[in-house]
Amino acid sequence: MTDLTSLTIAEAREGLASKSFTSLELTDAHLTAIEAARSLNAFILETPDQARAMARAVDAKIARGEGGPLAGIPLGIKDLFATRDVRTTACSKILGNFVPSYESTVTSQLWRDGAVMLGKLNNDEFAMGSSNETSCFGPVVNPWRREGSNTTLVPGGSSGGSASAVAALLCMGATATDTGGSIRQPAAFTATVGVKPTYGRCSRWGIVAFASSLDQAGPIARTNRDAAILMRSMAGHDPKDTTSVDRPVPDYEAAIGKSVKGMKIGIPKEYRLDGMPAEIEKLWTEGAAWLRAAGAELVEVSLPHTKYALPAYYIVAPAEASSNLARYDGVRYGLRVPGRSIGELYENTRADGFGHEVRRRVMIGTYVLSAGYYDAYYLRAQKVRTLIKKDFEDCFAKGVNAILTPATPSAAFGVGEKGGADPVEMYLNDIFTVTVNMAGLPGIAVPAGKDAQGLPLGLQLIGRPFDEETLFSLGEVIEQAAGRFTPPKWW
Amino acid sequence: MSVDAATVRRIAHLARIAVTEAEVPHLQGELNAMLAFVEQLSEVNVDGVEPMTSVTPMEMKKRADVVNDGEIPDDIVGNAPETQNHFFLVPKVVE
Repeated sequence: MTDLTSLTIAEAREGLASKSFTSLELTDAHLTAIEAARSLNAFILETPDQARAMARAVDAKIARGEGGPLAGIPLGIKDLFATRDVRTTACSKILGNFVPSYESTVTSQLWRDGAVMLGKLNNDEFAMGSSNETSCFGPVVNPWRREGSNTTLVPGGSSGGSASAVAALLCMGATATDTGGSIRQPAAFTATVGVKPTYGRCSRWGIVAFASSLDQAGPIARTNRDAAILMRSMAGHDPKDTTSVDRPVPDYEAAIGKSVKGMKIGIPKEYRLDGMPAEIEKLWTEGAAWLRAAGAELVEVSLPHTKYALPAYYIVAPAEASSNLARYDGVRYGLRVPGRSIGELYENTRADGFGHEVRRRVMIGTYVLSAGYYDAYYLRAQKVRTLIKKDFEDCFAKGVNAILTPATPSAAFGVGEKGGADPVEMYLNDIFTVTVNMAGLPGIAVPAGKDAQGLPLGLQLIGRPFDEETLFSLGEVIEQAAGRFTPPKWW
Repeated sequence: MSVDAATVRRIAHLARIAVTEAEVPHLQGELNAMLAFVEQLSEVNVDGVEPMTSVTPMEMKKRADVVNDGEIPDDIVGNAPETQNHFFLVPKVVE
């Protein structure tokens, strides 16, 4: 029954309910697929024994008619989520062999609803990266290749393991996190659906912190419906995260297939960049046409501070990171490199434990927060952030329901191709996604087509705060028009 | 604005990250590339603009001031590199 891995979550849910197969069979099919796909380096820790135990337990529940909304569905978990008794490293050497004695709220809600954990997924170290090349476990390989080429491509990042594993049919869905585009950019690079929920929609408790005012957890799945199913379990109020919002979690799946007739969709002119590839431009126009054909009204809108989002992000995010990562000191957990004094112990541990990208960001963050520079950098960036948010508010106040943009400025690129000489080259990947984090809004990336080399491209929809449902409805329209894309298996 | 080699060493020390002399020029180049990139923010008029403190409008939540967790010292020190009797061990701090 090897084709079990190609089912969607919605299909598997039906098959499990009708007893066509068991969760153990479904789980085993995925464990076999994971084993055969080790060359992709998507899973950095496989937990087959735990997966089978969870599957058996949920099979018993299903037999008693007690299965939850995700009963028996095998998932992959980004290594940023703390998993009880299972090594959690954020793909950083500095966390070493850290084994949490607690479970993140988001994953605990997935297990509450019956999901099965297959293992931990690779990501950029502390989620800092756009290509999954900064992981201490090495880069993840994108299951997609250029037509007629063997060049190894990145899956995007930081949730590269999640995107690669979902695209390669190694798990039915995955958890991911998004600070500047880390769910949506890899989703676009792998033809998967990635949702960055409104800030506060999912609890951040138990997720390794990068930039706390920007971080949000969300799902990566193969269809809009599957992403909606996962979202319902992941979202919800958590007293342990004071920024989590206390409002009811809607049935996101009910938004799939809902009419988008009469909706006003904004096309922001500032996203039309000089030198944007013609294929991206074409895809964007095509996406707009699909939504128009479904009854939506397309309007040009202006988000005048768009170009300042990325530079403001590269002050705010490193500043918060430098503060959050101060906890890695070689004393309480993780790596410890000895020194003659405690100061030396800190410095040696952090020099050896942090990779280059993390070290660079911690240093820039330290600088922009240091005495004499705080006003010029950090305070100014937070003011610019207010203006970015206001751009969106003005747009929504005019009756715009959602905004359509490209998800990324290019398709997936080769390992080692970007950011070698100038880190900013890599940062530009997030130019279309980072505004959403700065404004705390929900965003979704949906597969919409392929470039001339056969690589997937995605479109992004940006919604009003806590209106993920509209994004699912619109995403479904694009999915129905564009179809689904699966990479040919070569691994 | 850009940073010189002495500033790079100072930042590294503030961040408690050991940096060798050989690494300084490279780090200086990278940090200056980032600073050059964020320089464009200086062209934005931010007069009278409030800095963002919370991305979603919400009231600060407060919980009751009671002990709601604890008695788990084994868990707390479970991942520590060096401990003794539920204490974290560090090099001698006080002479």
